[in-house]
Amino acid sequence: MLLEIKDLHAIIKSNGKEILKGINLTVNSGEVHAIMGPNGSGKSTLSSVLAGHPAYEVTGGEVIFNGKNLLELSPEDRSHEGLFLSFQYPVEIPGVSMTNFMRAAVNEHRAYKGEEALSASEFLKLMKSRSEYVELDSKLAGRAVNEGFSGGEKKRNEIFQMAMLEPKLSILDETDSGLDIDALRIVAGGVNKLKNADNASIVITHYQRLLDYIVPDFVHILYKGKIVKTAGKELALELEEKGYDWIKKELGE
Amino acid sequence: MVEQTYKDIYNKFHDELLGNSPEVLNSVREEAFEVFERMGFPTMDQERYRRSNIPSLFEPEYGVNIKHLMVPINGQPFRCEVPGLHTYTFYVVNDVFASDVNKEEYNALKEKGVIFGSLKTIAEEHPELVKKYYAKIAPHKSEAVIAFNTTFAQDGFFVYVPKNVTIEKPIQLINVMHADFDFLANSRNLIILDEGAEAKVIVCDHSEKDRKFLSNRVTEIYIGKNARYSHHKMVDSARATTSIGGVYIKQMEGSTSNISDIVLNAGFVRNDVHIDLAEKYAETTLCGVCIGDEHDHIDNDTFIEHSASNCKSTELFKYILDDCAVGSFAGRILVDQDSQKTEAYQSNKNICSSTHAKMYTKPQLVIYADDVKCSHGATVGQIDDGALFYLRSRGISEKEAKMLLKLAFTNDIIEKIDIEALRNRIKVLVEKRFRGEQHRCTICNSCK
Repeated sequence: MLLEIKDLHAIIKSNGKEILKGINLTVNSGEVHAIMGPNGSGKSTLSSVLAGHPAYEVTGGEVIFNGKNLLELSPEDRSHEGLFLSFQYPVEIPGVSMTNFMRAAVNEHRAYKGEEALSASEFLKLMKSRSEYVELDSKLAGRAVNEGFSGGEKKRNEIFQMAMLEPKLSILDETDSGLDIDALRIVAGGVNKLKNADNASIVITHYQRLLDYIVPDFVHILYKGKIVKTAGKELALELEEKGYDWIKKELGE
Repeated sequence: MVEQTYKDIYNKFHDELLGNSPEVLNSVREEAFEVFERMGFPTMDQERYRRSNIPSLFEPEYGVNIKHLMVPINGQPFRCEVPGLHTYTFYVVNDVFASDVNKEEYNALKEKGVIFGSLKTIAEEHPELVKKYYAKIAPHKSEAVIAFNTTFAQDGFFVYVPKNVTIEKPIQLINVMHADFDFLANSRNLIILDEGAEAKVIVCDHSEKDRKFLSNRVTEIYIGKNARYSHHKMVDSARATTSIGGVYIKQMEGSTSNISDIVLNAGFVRNDVHIDLAEKYAETTLCGVCIGDEHDHIDNDTFIEHSASNCKSTELFKYILDDCAVGSFAGRILVDQDSQKTEAYQSNKNICSSTHAKMYTKPQLVIYADDVKCSHGATVGQIDDGALFYLRSRGISEKEAKMLLKLAFTNDIIEKIDIEALRNRIKVLVEKRFRGEQHRCTICNSCK
């Protein structure tokens, strides 16, 4: 078992509002899980909580990741342990170059594993080969993190970082939002290239569209802070056809 | 009254001081002393000095180096190196010019007709030249700190770049505080660029850490018609050192200046910068990065005067304060009547990374002309939480992530420095400073 979430509750620290109201989810290596759900159901909160965003506070439940209590780890150690969050809104950081950013990240990952830092040439080679996964311009290296990137470039940049860090579990938070069909294909292609039997993904999305490219083994519907329905990939199609009202009706609302 | 000590020194040693000094410097001494006698040191109830207690800085009984004594430095103290940067290097130890200008390395300057060296010596050798500019730009009649400096000034660095002469290699002036006892240094620099001349000056302020030092350094800079000048100052001093004084610049028609102030390490700094865009089409860029922690105190009082039309000024200052550090920035911009087509931009952004750090910022635009473009902005904030989390989510430790963000914050200012090797060096030094790896810059090893 790679990830096991048991009865997870979380609130927004600033106003105390409970967003996650008892999430249960198990993810094994080699699996792709899709989480769908209407706006405000808690999808992004779930991904933020798993990544350790300080704006949220876990009020109950537990999360075991790779045999460790995830909730006790700092955001950086979650990353070191193999968790990766592709942000819905990647942050622009003027003044920090992509190269410096990624070098710091890769070398801290290596240090965590007891490996030596990469030499400058090894590192640049890695940057170059991984940027090809998502057809990202090599000029990117000199640019500041996400600064002035188009919506598509930002998302490709997220998958590029994923390729650099080779996580065990990737959470793709609405990676399809703001992408045209070509960019979507490139981003999904990158994710698929990185897929193997030892890693897993959680794909968070509103739409079935992305799931045509990244085919899930399981589809979960998150509603009002709980997973209310789980099935195979056909659930996404059904949802697309019937809309979320169908779920609400099923739940007797 | 703390002033009394210095008034007594002046009265008692008046003859000796005049006897030691060139006539040009003496000619304004009496006038300056009268101003100082009348005004005294500025106190904190004066608006421009609300954040810096100047009288208290003079309380230790430093005395004044009336005899113009040189404190010898043993061993091989001055090997200043910035990788890839070659400079004409000059030293002022405390308040005495200490370089041998007859050395071969300066021959290229002499061949170009550049007049340079000790202010004291040049004032004796070229009195007419010095008299034309000395005490004409820094307002000793209205500023007590300058009046004090003018009262006691005997020496410092001087350079005159003749008409249409370009000095490619930067000039590096290293001010060192060095003594086995507490010391007040009162030095005076004069930099003159004649019409169409070009020069770059790097100023490094250093001090030894075992003694209490106070330096009052006043620099006057005249930038002639169409001349281009760069002035980059880096303060890397011990915590027990206090630096006051300022840079006073007058720019003539079509001239350009690029001025930066980098405070890497300092105990107490009060720095005044006054740029007078005296004739049309003059341009200036004035930048600063100030890094403070523990109980550091960094106060910049800047004044850009648009005295003529069609001039442009861009001013950017950033402070990063930690622990109990206090920062102050005042940015006065005055657009005189008839200074039409002025462009004046000012920005002061600050990060207080601890709850005890304090930043005072005061943009002041006074505009008497109608057809102008002016803007100003000031912010005080913390490190961006969103960016911090983003970096941490990629496995970068909190400490490292904060360091990267602080560096990024200073980056746009450092990029304005127009000497590439210096720019790269300062980036490295700023990073080391944030990492706490080093408290000395190693640009020279004068303060080990």
